[in-house]
Amino acid sequence: MSFLETHALGVRYGGIRAVRGVDISVEEGETVALIGANGAGKSSMLNAIAGVLPHTGRVSFDNEDLTNRPVFDRVRLGISMVPEGRGVFGRLTVEENLLMGAYLGNSQKDQDLDLKQMYDFFPRLKERRRQTGGTLSGGEQQMLAIGRALMSRPKLLLLDEPSMGLAPIMVEKIFEVIRGVSKTGVTILLVEQNARLALQSSQRAYVMESGELSITGESNELLYSPKIRSSYLGEGD
Amino acid sequence: MDIFAQQILNGLVLGSVYALVALGYTMVYGILGLINFAHGEVVMIGAMIALAVVSILLSAFPEMHPLLTILLAGVSAILVCMALAFLIERLAYRPLRNAPRLAPLITAIGISILLQNIAMIIWGRKYKTVPQIFPTETFELFGASITSVQIFIITISAVLMTGLLVIVHFTKLGRAMRATSESQRVAGLMGINVNKIISVTFMMGAGLAAVAGILIAGNYSVVHYSMGFMLGLKAFTAAVLGGIGNLGGAVLGGLLLGLIESIGAGYIGDLTGGFLGSHYQDVFAFVVLIVVLVFRPTGIMGERVSERA
Ligand SMILES: Nc1ncnc2c1ncn2[C@@H]1O[C@H](COP(=O)(O)OP(=O)(O)OP(=O)(O)O)[C@@H](O)[C@H]1O
Ligand SMILES: [Mg+2]
Repeated sequence: MSFLETHALGVRYGGIRAVRGVDISVEEGETVALIGANGAGKSSMLNAIAGVLPHTGRVSFDNEDLTNRPVFDRVRLGISMVPEGRGVFGRLTVEENLLMGAYLGNSQKDQDLDLKQMYDFFPRLKERRRQTGGTLSGGEQQMLAIGRALMSRPKLLLLDEPSMGLAPIMVEKIFEVIRGVSKTGVTILLVEQNARLALQSSQRAYVMESGELSITGESNELLYSPKIRSSYLGEGD
Repeated sequence: MDIFAQQILNGLVLGSVYALVALGYTMVYGILGLINFAHGEVVMIGAMIALAVVSILLSAFPEMHPLLTILLAGVSAILVCMALAFLIERLAYRPLRNAPRLAPLITAIGISILLQNIAMIIWGRKYKTVPQIFPTETFELFGASITSVQIFIITISAVLMTGLLVIVHFTKLGRAMRATSESQRVAGLMGINVNKIISVTFMMGAGLAAVAGILIAGNYSVVHYSMGFMLGLKAFTAAVLGGIGNLGGAVLGGLLLGLIESIGAGYIGDLTGGFLGSHYQDVFAFVVLIVVLVFRPTGIMGERVSERA
């Protein structure tokens, strides 16, 4: 069994079937991209895996069946998500936001160590540690959201559109961090509008269309697939 | 005796109790966006339980030290009120978590009526007098007189309010409460058991309500099954005045409302040429409520209420 597996995963909002029986699998240590157009169902997939949305079908992770587990249990098992729109707590300080990430966790010593490491990763956050989250720029909030997710020492990191709304230089920086996190052995499932960046930063990819998988394959092959190039990389012919 | 100083003092005493109750309203509103109209009845239940325990202890152990009597009665009332609030949230509000806003509001009013009726069945329709446990002493302060009960009320309230603010702002539990009130979904992603935090919030508010009930009973020396109704409305007014959802606001609103009522009651006779007497004291709370809702619905310290209310 793979590290993360979904089987016939389904999500619906009232009458809308946003995810229609999707099977994906992610091996330990891999970075896998999930790409697709607006409304394809990518966020719904991630939310279902994280446990913040009710779903049908099965999710298993690290040899545990997650299907009926509440979200906080999934966090305890090592799943951490950076939600779409970042989900920074605007009224908590930067440091409090980071500490929230370590809510379930670890000894005080490990927590201090992790906090220090996050500040080394993101010196900007250190400068602003006493400011409230709401006063940060979009890029800083994204760093904070990623740092916060890492504070739980996750085994699986779910990232929902980390580049959304950021300046190109910030996007560079964020993806540098993501590749760095991957090098430390954390498994990553990455949802991204920027398909090129997603494929460049992952080993494998799934493409979603209207709630179903359409294409799957090695990321570096998909980068050169004509279908992907025309539909998702914005290149004609 | 300086009348004005006396009104201020009485206002602060009254206001501390309003503040304790207002904190419960504002905490629950902050985390669920719900106005828990049953909160006033929790205050009443607290007073009733404490009185019942005091009566039992006084007859069973007449030699018991008064402080111990108060302590046991207080702890019982707090525990019962916490359990009650836990059950109210679990059984009445939680199933309606995703229902239209009107449903939990009506439920809250229903619970309030239900609790009043249960209390009436258990404790009767008559006013019950509270036995004097301590000999009351009176002291002079800035030209006003203050009783030992009043000193007790102000001290206990100040300690509890400070304690609550410390918990909410400087502990891990408080951090989780603030995170949950910003976004339950994201709080869940942090590994917070959101339902547990909501239960804890209700229980903390109920603990404060129980203490408020005891303080009120001690101050007025009577309790009645309907006492929570007006008190609840006034504390709600205090919470709105301070900015509902804001803890500091609830404290400020409570104290202000106490002062307004007390000073107002002292001068309403003169102001209306004797037409209205001090028994019109209750009018002030509602005038304040209306004025705040019309001119500054976010209250003194509130922010962004309109989008949620
Ligand atoms: N809370 C909701 N209520 C109703 N429908 C929803 C809700 N959230 C998403 N949907 C619908 O479900 C479908 C999938 O949405 P989802 O957010 O999962 O897509 P996505 O691939 O993440 O899109 P995007 O790239 O815009 O983030 C869309 O048709 C969307 O309109
Ligand atoms: Mg999305």
